[in-house]
Formats: sequence, structure tokens, C-alpha cells
Amino acid sequence: MHSEARLILGGLTTLAVATAVLVVIPYLTVRDTPPVAGLKPYTSTELRGRTQYIQHGCMYCHSQQPRPKAFAPDAQRAWGRATVAGDYAYDDPPLLGTMRTGPDLMNIGVRQPSDQWHLGHLYQPRAYAPGSIMPAYPFLFEVRDQAEAGETVVVLPPDFAPEGKVVVARPEALDLVSYLKSLKRNYPAVDAASVK
Amino acid sequence: MNTLSILMSAFVLSLVGLGFFIWSQRSRLLSHDGDGSAVIFATGEIGHAETTALQPASGTDADGIDSQELLDRVAADASTAPVVFFFYCCAFVWLLVASAAGLTASIKLHAPDWLVSEAWLSFGRIRTIHLNAVAYGWAPMAGLGTALFIIPRLLKTELVGGRYALLGGALWNAALVAGLGSLAYGVSDGLEWLEIPWQIDILFVAGGALVGLPLILTLLRRKVAHLYVSVWYMGCALFWFPVLFLVANFPGIHRGVEAATMNWWFGHNVLGLFYTPLALASIYYFLPKLIGRPIQSYNLSLIGFWGLAFFYGQVGGHHLIGGPVPSWLVTLSIVQSMMMILPVVAFTVNQHLTLKGHLSALRHSPTLQFICLGGLMYTASSVQGSFEALRSVNVITHFTHYTVAHAHLGLYGFVTLTFFGAIYFVVPRITGRDWPWPRLISVHFWLAAIGIAIYFISLTIGGWLQGSAMLDESRGFMESVQLTLPYLKARSIGGGLMALSHVVFAAHFVRLLIGVRQVAQPNSTYLAAPGAL
Repeated sequence: MHSEARLILGGLTTLAVATAVLVVIPYLTVRDTPPVAGLKPYTSTELRGRTQYIQHGCMYCHSQQPRPKAFAPDAQRAWGRATVAGDYAYDDPPLLGTMRTGPDLMNIGVRQPSDQWHLGHLYQPRAYAPGSIMPAYPFLFEVRDQAEAGETVVVLPPDFAPEGKVVVARPEALDLVSYLKSLKRNYPAVDAASVK
Repeated sequence: MNTLSILMSAFVLSLVGLGFFIWSQRSRLLSHDGDGSAVIFATGEIGHAETTALQPASGTDADGIDSQELLDRVAADASTAPVVFFFYCCAFVWLLVASAAGLTASIKLHAPDWLVSEAWLSFGRIRTIHLNAVAYGWAPMAGLGTALFIIPRLLKTELVGGRYALLGGALWNAALVAGLGSLAYGVSDGLEWLEIPWQIDILFVAGGALVGLPLILTLLRRKVAHLYVSVWYMGCALFWFPVLFLVANFPGIHRGVEAATMNWWFGHNVLGLFYTPLALASIYYFLPKLIGRPIQSYNLSLIGFWGLAFFYGQVGGHHLIGGPVPSWLVTLSIVQSMMMILPVVAFTVNQHLTLKGHLSALRHSPTLQFICLGGLMYTASSVQGSFEALRSVNVITHFTHYTVAHAHLGLYGFVTLTFFGAIYFVVPRITGRDWPWPRLISVHFWLAAIGIAIYFISLTIGGWLQGSAMLDESRGFMESVQLTLPYLKARSIGGGLMALSHVVFAAHFVRLLIGVRQVAQPNSTYLAAPGAL
């Protein structure tokens, strides 16, 4: 090969084809998919919690994309129906995830609606899920002699509660739990009226 | 555009690639066509492995090698020495940072209550620091450093504007320090491989441009008519990476599911169109150099190169098999993943034929051991990757540690080992000092090789069992977690050996720098090289 111009042009052409297929066409076709009927935008508290989810890298162990029945028994594990593009309309960025070191969380708000379960599980996952390898997040909580008025005290199973102290949830923990509880895709993926 | 036309055009492109293959078969596919491949040797040098001692003062030396060409090479090395030295020093630092972070993350997966009081040490952050320190620290610093060294040699000219590269390298590393700092603090863009906030990415773009500029200026002032195969890979990589990085990090464009397809377009291409070509270019240069024999078939390397350029760009969608993305996109990526076998086989056959009959050189050259094992791992990880993209395999391996093992086979077994070999070759030529304890190179090699073997085998088995358990609805999810524990512990042992080998490597480098000045063979030419440190 003798011409650097031909080389570079050739190389950029092949990349342009790949970019057209994997970036430009999705940009034109699925970027602005409208939300599925039944999907609500996040509240400001939930959005703050979503930032916490990203900050602590929850998506490196938890996916947010139940797969179709032909692929995997995700629905039988109560992880929910397979998601569609419209389920992510308010997700910026989407947190599809690539690992299932822990379970899929797209419908964790349906499976675990309890604030106390989530808070205790974040403080010490093994208090509620024996054998779990999820890290504990003690820095999202304060351990004090007693709680102030208006604070959320975490009620823990006896073996896991610090002796003579109370565990108080910091605002970050409360935000994160409010986001986790908002993860619900328990409405139909397709609007019934649009299917004939 | 509908699904059918996209698939059709994919097949057409694939057939064009095949056309290359057949065309080259017609022109003596396996012949020893020496014209282009001999460009990396001085006249009369073929048959001699390059050693640091090979630097005569004038005329031709005892072996009949043209000394003027060797002097030109010394001049080229001298022009790149300070820049390459800087890049390699940074590479060493990031290698150690990445090893420490990676090992910490690995241990945390089987000791979840270890080091939990600090947010920046939590798994989600330390894992991300590990990935980014490798992706934007070790791999590009070692790869670009090697490119800066090789390209002037291949063009038989001196590096033009090396000070821009130095400034660019400094900016790049400042950006990485800021980027890792923000990840530790908890500021992240939230997309894998693209976590570093886009505001900091501006610094990377400026730094990267300043590094690329001298290489392009040098390309324009080349003194050879023929561009050697390493130049194709490195030249294109220098144009591919900025496009990938800019498109992927540009704020405000990507949203929803489209952001996910873009994410894996970037995530896979940064491997295939940046680290891979830099490492392949290194193999194409150092392997023939170290055995003193040109590449067997230049035509095959042409297929290897254009095949990679054609097919690799479109394979990223296989990360989203079974996900909420258009199915034509996933299908296309699976097709192109399989097509990648073509360039990989072309590369493999070529390297094998080049090495044939020269395997004894492996005994004497630790550098060659690294390069050869690296090349072998390119084949292994690429073929594995192609099959991993098939739906039937992917349904088991997706979302499991199997993928992590595969990623390390590629980025460590192939890319990192190759760069180790390159650094062992280059450092004596830019510092004028030989490695003081050659045995430590073997220690490094075996620790790294055994480490990655343990790492890969244990996680591959563990990941496969994990995936099988997850597909069996009669087994609880927690079973898929528990059964991975022994394999995760084995991975920590393998990772520990790898990290230890890096400490040995870095200590050896420091000893080389602070030790008594040792030149392989004292002679005036070598010492006169102005860039020799």
C-alpha cells in the first residue's frame, strides 16, 4: 500500500458504515420512542436516587432488562415481562446493565414495596438475603445513640442491629430507596387499544 | 431502511471481504513475497534478529548490514526517545493503579464486608476505576508510546513535533487523574466505558489531538514509498479513536435505547478499532524483527487488516442480545461477529507461517515470548468472541462472569502481554541501557501467564455454571450466586499473580533507570544519540 490518503479514507468509510448502522439509524428510529402508556416520569426525589444508583455503580451487578420467555425464565423469577424501548423513555442514561451478579431490578419496586426492607438491605444485605455477595453500604447511614425527630430509623433483624445504638438513614439512602421503589414495569408493554 | 436491506448490505460487505480473500489467493496466497514486508529491515539485515548491540560506526559491519540505514534508525529512535519514555512511565503508573483497583474489586466480590466504610472503595466505584485506568491509562499510554516509537522507524524519518506529543500526553494524563478522581467521588456519566464526565473528556480530546498531530506530520514526511502493515493499523487507529470518542461522549445527543446501542458501538470498537490495531501493529513489527525474517505473506495481512476494518465496527450489538433493541441490529452484529473469523484466521496463519522453523528463537528472547503468547491470545479471544455472539451461546454467557473472563483474555492475554513485549524491546533503545536482570523478565512472563490462565479458566467455568443455573427456573437465583464463589476466589489468586508480575516489571524498570549506566555494547554511535537518557 502506497497511499496514506487511500488508507485513511478506506478506514473511515468502514467506520462510517458501522456508525450509520449502530448509532445513526437507532438515533433516527428509536431515540424518541414515546413512553409506553402507564409509565410515569420520575419525581425529583426518584431522580436524585437514580443519581445515587449510578454513583455507586449498581448497574455493574444488576441489569434492568428482563428477557423474553424464549430466552430465559426471567418472568418466572418475578423479574417482569420483557421490556420494550418505550419503557426507557425517561431513562437518561439507560441503565440496562451487563451483569447479573445480582437479580434484575426492572421491577424491584413491585417485588419489594417496603421502605424498611430496602433500607435494612442496603445497610447489611446479608440481614435479609443470606449468602448474598452484595456489598454493604454503611456510609449511607448514621449509627447514633438516638434519632432526632423526623429522621427515619432503620429497623434491623436482632443479629444485625448495633447494640445500644440506632441506625438512621441518610438522605442519600432515602432517595435511593425511593428510586428503587419506582422501578415498576407492571403495565402492558403495548397499548391494548392499538392492537387490533 | 428496513431490516432486509440492512441485512442484505451487510452480506454484500461481507462478500467484498471474501472477494479480497479470493483475489489474494490468486496472487500466490502463501508465497514469500518479500517486497513490502522487508521494509522493516536494513539492507542485508534479514536473517539477523535486532539486538541493542547492532550499531556500527561506519561502512558495513561484519554481517554485511548497511550501516547508513542503521544510523538512520538510531536517529529515528533518538527523535522519539523522550516522548516514548514519558508515555511508558505513565503506562507503568496506570498499570499499577489498575492492578491494585482490579484486585481490590475482585476480592470484594467474595468478601462483601471488606473495606465497606468508604464510598470510593465500594465495589461499584473501585471496579470502574480499574476499568478506566486500564482503558484510558495503561492501554493507550503503552500503545501510543509504542506507536510513537515504531512509526518514525517504519517511515525512515525522524519524529516531527515530538514536543506536541509530550504536551498532549501531559494533558491526557491530567484528564485521567481528574476523571478517576471524579469517579471515586461519585460523579459519573453512567454508561459503561464512558463514565468519565464529558467536561473532562474535552481535555482528553485536546490531549489526544496533540498526540496524533506529530504522527500525522511524520507520515507526511516519510522517506519510504511503501507503507508497512503496522502503519495501516496504527494510522487508522489514530483516526478511528477520535471519531469513536467524540461521537460517544458528545453531551445531549444520546437518549433511551439509542444510548444503549451507541454505548456498545463504542465499548466494542474501542477494543477492536483502537487497542487491537495498536497491538496487532506491534506484533507485525516486533515478531519479524525478533526472528530476523519478514512476514510470510503480505497478502494475508491485507485481508487481516481490511477484514478487521470492515467487520469489527458492526459487532457491538451482540452485547444487547435479548434486550429491548431492534432485532435487525442484533442479527447484523451476530453476522459480523462470525465474519470476524476471516481476518483472525488470516492473521493467525500468517504469524504461524512466519514463525515456522524459528521457534528456537523463543528460548532466547523473553520479548518474543510475550509477543507470541499475545498473538496466540488474539486468535483465542477473537474466535471465542465470535462464538459468544451466537444466540445459543450468548443466552447462557450473557450477564455472567464468563464475559469478564473473555474481556480479560482479549485486553490482558492479547493486548497487555503484547505491550509488555514491546516495552521490553523499546526501553533499551530509548534509554541506552539494558535490562539489568534478564531473569526477572522470565519471572514476569511466567507470573503473568500463569495468572491469566488461572483467571481465565476459573471465571470461564464459573460463568458458564452461573449462566446455566440462571436459565434453570427450578433453581433459585441465590444458587447462581453461591456456586460462583470458589471461582471468584480462584480469580483473585490469578489476579494476584498478575498484579505481582506487574510489581516485578515496574521494579525492574526502576532498577534500570537508577542503576549504573549499562550499555549493551559501548560504542560511539549509540552514546552520541542525543535522545538517549
